Amino acid sequence: MSFDHAQPRETLVSVSGLSVHFPIYAGLIRRQVGTVRAVDGVTFDVARGETLGLVGESGCGKSTTGRAILRLVEATSGKILMAGQDIASLGAEPLRRMRPRMQMIFQDPHASLNPRMTVGSIIAEPLTEHGTLRGRARQRRVEELLDAVGLNPDFANRYPHEFSGGQRQRIGIARALALDPDFIVCDEPIAALDVSIQAQVVNLLEELQERLGLTYLFISHDLSMVRHIADRVAVMYLGKIIELATRDALYDAPKHPYTQALLSAVPIPNPRVEATRRHIILKGDVPSPANPPSGCRFRTRCPIAEARCAAEEPAWRKLEDGRHVACHFAT
Amino acid sequence: MARYALRRLLIAIPTLLAISFIIFALLDLAPSDPTANLPLTIPPEVREKIRLSLGMGEPFVVRYFKWLEQFMVNEPLNVLEQWTGWTIGDSENRLRVLSWATRSPVVDLIVERLPQTLWVVGMSYVIAVVIAVPIGVISAYRQYSLFDQIGTFISMLGFSIPTFFTGLLLIVIFSVWLGWLPSIYDTTHVVRDWDSFVFQVKQMIMPTMVLALANASQISRFMRASMLDNLTQDYVRTARAKGLRERVVVLTHVLRNSLIPVVTVIALGVPTIFGGAIITEQIFRVNGIGQLLIIGIEGADIPLVQTLTFIFAILIVLFNLIADLIYGMLDPRIRYD
Repeated sequence: MSFDHAQPRETLVSVSGLSVHFPIYAGLIRRQVGTVRAVDGVTFDVARGETLGLVGESGCGKSTTGRAILRLVEATSGKILMAGQDIASLGAEPLRRMRPRMQMIFQDPHASLNPRMTVGSIIAEPLTEHGTLRGRARQRRVEELLDAVGLNPDFANRYPHEFSGGQRQRIGIARALALDPDFIVCDEPIAALDVSIQAQVVNLLEELQERLGLTYLFISHDLSMVRHIADRVAVMYLGKIIELATRDALYDAPKHPYTQALLSAVPIPNPRVEATRRHIILKGDVPSPANPPSGCRFRTRCPIAEARCAAEEPAWRKLEDGRHVACHFAT
Repeated sequence: MARYALRRLLIAIPTLLAISFIIFALLDLAPSDPTANLPLTIPPEVREKIRLSLGMGEPFVVRYFKWLEQFMVNEPLNVLEQWTGWTIGDSENRLRVLSWATRSPVVDLIVERLPQTLWVVGMSYVIAVVIAVPIGVISAYRQYSLFDQIGTFISMLGFSIPTFFTGLLLIVIFSVWLGWLPSIYDTTHVVRDWDSFVFQVKQMIMPTMVLALANASQISRFMRASMLDNLTQDYVRTARAKGLRERVVVLTHVLRNSLIPVVTVIALGVPTIFGGAIITEQIFRVNGIGQLLIIGIEGADIPLVQTLTFIFAILIVLFNLIADLIYGMLDPRIRYD
């Protein structure tokens, strides 16, 4: 799917200036002594039918971004527009009625299913809560969903612990699909699975996207998998998106020094190339999001940082090829 | 599950036999004399005869097996006969477990006193559970809120202050100073009309509340901890993502999972109801099982103490099994095959 140069498609989800700050309490009377800026002013759009990959290392705020978009954590500020409604400011009841349209596939298939409910009731619960299906019709819908994710419909009466990790992730997907959502946040859906199972689950997600016209926000730290599934990719570092481009542009010619470093860490399955190619090794650790560096957040580890980077925060610029980068030196 | 229960019951038989032997041996080794409470004017020869008539002349092993036969065979047969009206064998001369002090069958004494204990102690346990579960749920849901802080404070009080102190404190406040509630529980009181019912409630308030405070503080802490464990679980986020109402998320998803360990704790506490609250019954003069045990110990009434202690042991073994079975029913991850 080429996205960039084709005519602009309808925007399904539009996130602007999204921030999630967690207070830090300390001391005897639990006074607030600081804030963790888990997500700090993130802006991006997701077009209908596309897959936007969101990558970054552990703790950069990508999962929190995904949860905040679905209001599973409260956003501190920012707007999340979906079909003209600002999800960030919806009240509890209107938000609940929006839930069927936006769903999430969770990272840990072992913990994210209620251990005391059968698979059938896990999938049927949202149907009961939001839908009009009753009795036999609901039963049939559950069987249909299990079948759609490649599970035997007879499994509906079993409990989650009776399944393997890959099967449970399929149950999680069936659950997310139950209400025919438009938009699904996939929060590292394959990180907890065996490599052999990962491909199956990713293929299932792609197949469902094609069949049901789904829109994905695919959160992952697996750059090869994102390259496989995403149409566009956003790279996060310490609570901010630092580069957003179409997949091919990003992987072929990364502009931000952090993206370059990330991509150079992906091994190439050819020993000769792998031995000779240039690796960019970043020094130091990721700074604390409770106390981020001034100016550009990446400057403490950036190989090309200058004095300007500490003084001035780089603007979120659009380059000629249509991509966005937050770096003073990217051209 | 039935096979598992049967196997556990079979294992319980040797366990209980061993327990009964240990109790018997401990009581026998303890320096006690059933004639010690008799008037000092009784000469030593007569005392010796009394002891012999109680069967104390027999060797230890003989006495143990006699008790075992009386308790395991004769008493159940007697109960069966009373229920059905049959006559099985020589029921006239069948020896029952007799109390040394009162000369009446121990089982009859227990049956006489059980209702008081069940009413007062059992009611306190029910109240404790009814109070503790909502408190635990709310304190966990609003962790570190004012409600939680007050709940924690009161539970710590309930935990750390013994019942003989809270009991006396309540008597001083409500019976002595205010004169609202009677300090002595009147067992002979019969509920006939509204007024006598009110009196019954009044005399039950203090003993049940003293015990309920102690039990509720324990159960509410378990409930709170279990809720906190579950509230942060991923499946709760899944439930919210499904667009369920917060009530459904908390009550259906979190509470039902949190109850699993708490139900076990509650089931394991049930034998203590039958054991009676020894100290609390003593303070409020409730003539229940706990008080019976104290009287038995004071009078060196070995058959009474032996039988009561052994019944407690049976109940503990039984409720351990019940707790395990409930756990298996509530948690589908547990299989007993």
